[in-house]
Amino acid sequence: MKAFTYERVADAAAALQAVARPGAKFLAGGTNLLDLMKVDVEMPSHLVDISRLPMAQVEEIDGGGLRIGATVTNSDLAADRRVRKRYPMLSRALLNGASGQLRNQATTAGNLLQRTRCYYFYDTAKPCNKRSPGSGCSALNGYNRIHAVLGASDACIAVHPSDMAVAMVALDAEVEVLSADGNGRSIKLRDFHRLPDTTPQVETALEPGELITAVLLPPAPAGGQVYRKVRDRASYDFALVSVAALVDLDGDRISTARLALGGVAHKPWRPVDAEQQLVGKPAVAEAYQAAGTAAVAGARGYGHNDFKIGLAARTVAAALEEAAQQAGPRKG
Amino acid sequence: MSDSHLTRRGILGTGVALTALRGTGALAKEPAAGESPPVAPEGTMIDVGLTVNGSYRQLALDPRVSLLDALRDHLGLTGTKKGCDHGQCGACTVLVDGVRRNSCLNLAVACSDREIVTIEGLGSEEALHPMQAAFVVHDGFQCGYCTPGQICSAVGMLSEIERGMPSAATADLAARAMPVAEAEIRERMSGNICRCAAYPNIVAAILDAAGKTTG
Repeated sequence: MKAFTYERVADAAAALQAVARPGAKFLAGGTNLLDLMKVDVEMPSHLVDISRLPMAQVEEIDGGGLRIGATVTNSDLAADRRVRKRYPMLSRALLNGASGQLRNQATTAGNLLQRTRCYYFYDTAKPCNKRSPGSGCSALNGYNRIHAVLGASDACIAVHPSDMAVAMVALDAEVEVLSADGNGRSIKLRDFHRLPDTTPQVETALEPGELITAVLLPPAPAGGQVYRKVRDRASYDFALVSVAALVDLDGDRISTARLALGGVAHKPWRPVDAEQQLVGKPAVAEAYQAAGTAAVAGARGYGHNDFKIGLAARTVAAALEEAAQQAGPRKG
Repeated sequence: MSDSHLTRRGILGTGVALTALRGTGALAKEPAAGESPPVAPEGTMIDVGLTVNGSYRQLALDPRVSLLDALRDHLGLTGTKKGCDHGQCGACTVLVDGVRRNSCLNLAVACSDREIVTIEGLGSEEALHPMQAAFVVHDGFQCGYCTPGQICSAVGMLSEIERGMPSAATADLAARAMPVAEAEIRERMSGNICRCAAYPNIVAAILDAAGKTTG
């Protein structure tokens, strides 16, 4: 690990000032940052410890939503009674990620900012455009079983590994940010992560020196919520494919549909066309299957990951059906 | 001062300078609001105070030192094991302020003023912690390398169940009381790998320690 200097700051203003130093990075839970520092993929020269800033609260906001502080741990967020009751897909997504120990430490903002688990990104002996721009993509013609089938480019086919962010994208979350000049702004989570295009090293819409202070959840639409994760191991594994689905019914027809996919792209994938084509349709298996097909429109496999396209379509259909069953038949 | 400190002094060859740097305490104090405090230059040892198994310990550490290495190499507490050193195996699990964490993925300096409990602090040879005793009774290990992490993790895990925290195996998220059941324990303990695959006996030991004889 490369040498670095360390400081712990008392408040957000001090954090912004401290992170302005060249080579500085924020440290919160550190579960991913420290892991990457050990293999010299991350090499900050200065760490600004924000783990003790008063940002670990989940609060009600006007209109019925929740404001989740940046340093709320994944465990605490998953266990929050309001999240369990009103946003069960978010609890489920969190609980299906990582291990108990890691969830106790990993934070909300850190989860959004975690880097891909592409093994070529971790291997400093291999070309990787994300780690070393211009060096090439080892996954493109390599062992790419875990890689993207949607929105990828020839520069990078890595996927974003978060479960939490998939549910949050389905729930229309926004990221609350403090800019270097001290002004606040918010970014829709669905616009927060970028597709790789020709610059896979630029992963989010954050500007240099910005601090995530919270994630804002609007009130969830009525309906059944499901988070379904498909992985090689039954627990403690990243998703091959995951789906967050919300369905509400009006009589025997679908009145609301939300979908987001994980494990398939450089960002949580929100297939808006698939959502829109469900509204007004009878709540039957054919509608869910058609939505699954629509959700992977334009998908491209890279050899070892071809199976993900069909798997994603089937997982979307299964998650929609389960969410519709939870919503139950309603009087129109 | 432990041997590892003497070794470090020898390598640095600046024993006096190191001693002088200790006690400067720039980072031991809480920083003032609104401003970034002076940062110790690169290469400086940083004062770290940890309460480990009930005793307050002061160390001067390179900021790169993990909590795991601080425990093993600087405090001589070798019960906590280094497996993967990447948060994947759980062998380094300790309790930080009562919560289980992977000590390999924590910087010791970031744990300043936290209360750490390791396997050495759970029980003694004369009076084993109930979880330790249950692992012995149920033969919850083979080679034993993962066992300190398994036991610390199990203690933290049962506390999470007591506090009503759900898991991926929890059928009813709305329930207030979480069941102590085999499926729950297997899911909640998935961050602790046992390459001898003593899992059935580990689960039995945890159920026993939790006061359950069956799942």
